[in-house]
Amino acid sequence: MSRSSGWAREAQAVFAKDCLLELRTRVALGAVVLFAVTSVVAAGFALAPPSGVAGDVKAALLWVVIFFAAVAGLSRVFVVEEETRTADALRLAVSPVGVFVGKLAFNTVLMWVLCALTVPLYLVLLEAPVVHWGLFVVVTFLGSTALACATTAVAAIVAKASMRGALFGVLSFPVALPPLLVAIHGTKAAWMANAGWRAAIGDIQVLVGFMLVIVPASLLVFEHIWSD
Amino acid sequence: MSTTTKVLTGVWIAAVTVAAFTWLPPAQGFRNPESARIVVFHVPCAVLTFIAFMANALYSWKYLRSRNPLADAKANISAELGMLFAVLATVTGSLFAMEQWGSPWNWDPRETSIVMLMLVYAAYFVLRGSVEEKSKRARLSAAYALLAFPAMVFLIWIFPRIVESLHPTNTLFSRTGLDPAYRVTLWGFFAGLVSVYVWMFRLRLRVELAEARLRERRHSELEMEPIGAQP
Repeated sequence: MSRSSGWAREAQAVFAKDCLLELRTRVALGAVVLFAVTSVVAAGFALAPPSGVAGDVKAALLWVVIFFAAVAGLSRVFVVEEETRTADALRLAVSPVGVFVGKLAFNTVLMWVLCALTVPLYLVLLEAPVVHWGLFVVVTFLGSTALACATTAVAAIVAKASMRGALFGVLSFPVALPPLLVAIHGTKAAWMANAGWRAAIGDIQVLVGFMLVIVPASLLVFEHIWSD
Repeated sequence: MSTTTKVLTGVWIAAVTVAAFTWLPPAQGFRNPESARIVVFHVPCAVLTFIAFMANALYSWKYLRSRNPLADAKANISAELGMLFAVLATVTGSLFAMEQWGSPWNWDPRETSIVMLMLVYAAYFVLRGSVEEKSKRARLSAAYALLAFPAMVFLIWIFPRIVESLHPTNTLFSRTGLDPAYRVTLWGFFAGLVSVYVWMFRLRLRVELAEARLRERRHSELEMEPIGAQP
């Protein structure tokens, strides 16, 4: 069997293992979704329709909620390995590339689930004026994927440091900032009748480009983070 | 750095500063042409910020390849100097904005991006502070610096171009962007600032090395004390 399928198989195994663990405990999902739902409900109370809050404020708020929910849960994939002292076993069994790709896949799926559950709720509770539905779905999909790509390697760094919870937010914000800014910009475009695809095409390009840069960069440095 | 270079740097910067206020004509096309002279000091600081953060990424990469603690120290010092020049660029830019745009802070894309940039490297320092073990700290912060680097490139080069900005974008390197007198003075000040940068860099490195030697000496003194020999 060739080398490339080797790491793919390893990544698949890591991904399956993490999914199984998550299904048994539901810690990461619980943290992420509960955080998001709580903040969406709080925002709904404060900014429900009569308040007359503009659409672009709601677009920014949506991504702030998604980002902080991600911060609440995405570091868990690596922190749990250090806490249960299984990191060494994983280091022995699987190549660094396999570990990273598996964990990245898990975090990406977690972000998708988060968005699938909370974004509709947000739209309903805050009566967000979505005009271009296709664009909105694409931007949300790419934005959440980009957030997972940006923060997975940071999660690996944080798992090795002290005061992990606070540190993850501080460290992932700067790295996640470009996709966050662009996703907010694109969401605004999807919510305005006179904007649409033409206004957001640059945002989509930047989101895709960012992922194409940050994932190889993460792979490059991950080996140094992961191996002691 | 030799004393001659230091003296020359001082004289050079003083001369360029005098030239900026006397020889340089006020820039036409600005609301307040006289105050546009600050560009001569503002732009070199911004360029040097970028160079310092580039150096940080380069030394981080070097550290990961060689695991040489010296590269880690250099990466740290580059980030510190980058932060210093970022503050200088922000303050001078803010003064200029007050004169030209009527308010010190306008959330112009370039203003936004330099704040974000400072956040990136503030996070870098927080990470360095939160890891006790030296080699681990060097490894993790180097990895983080390389992760933050794409974000930095985005903030400096891409973001100000996709969002509408009051800032000029392509003046520095295009032929028609800058009046020749301004070009000469600006790059003259830049040369002086580079010299200061190199000087500061070396000073910080010497302090770092001296501290390392001191630690080593203390360490060996502790080891020399015979354990259990004293009553």
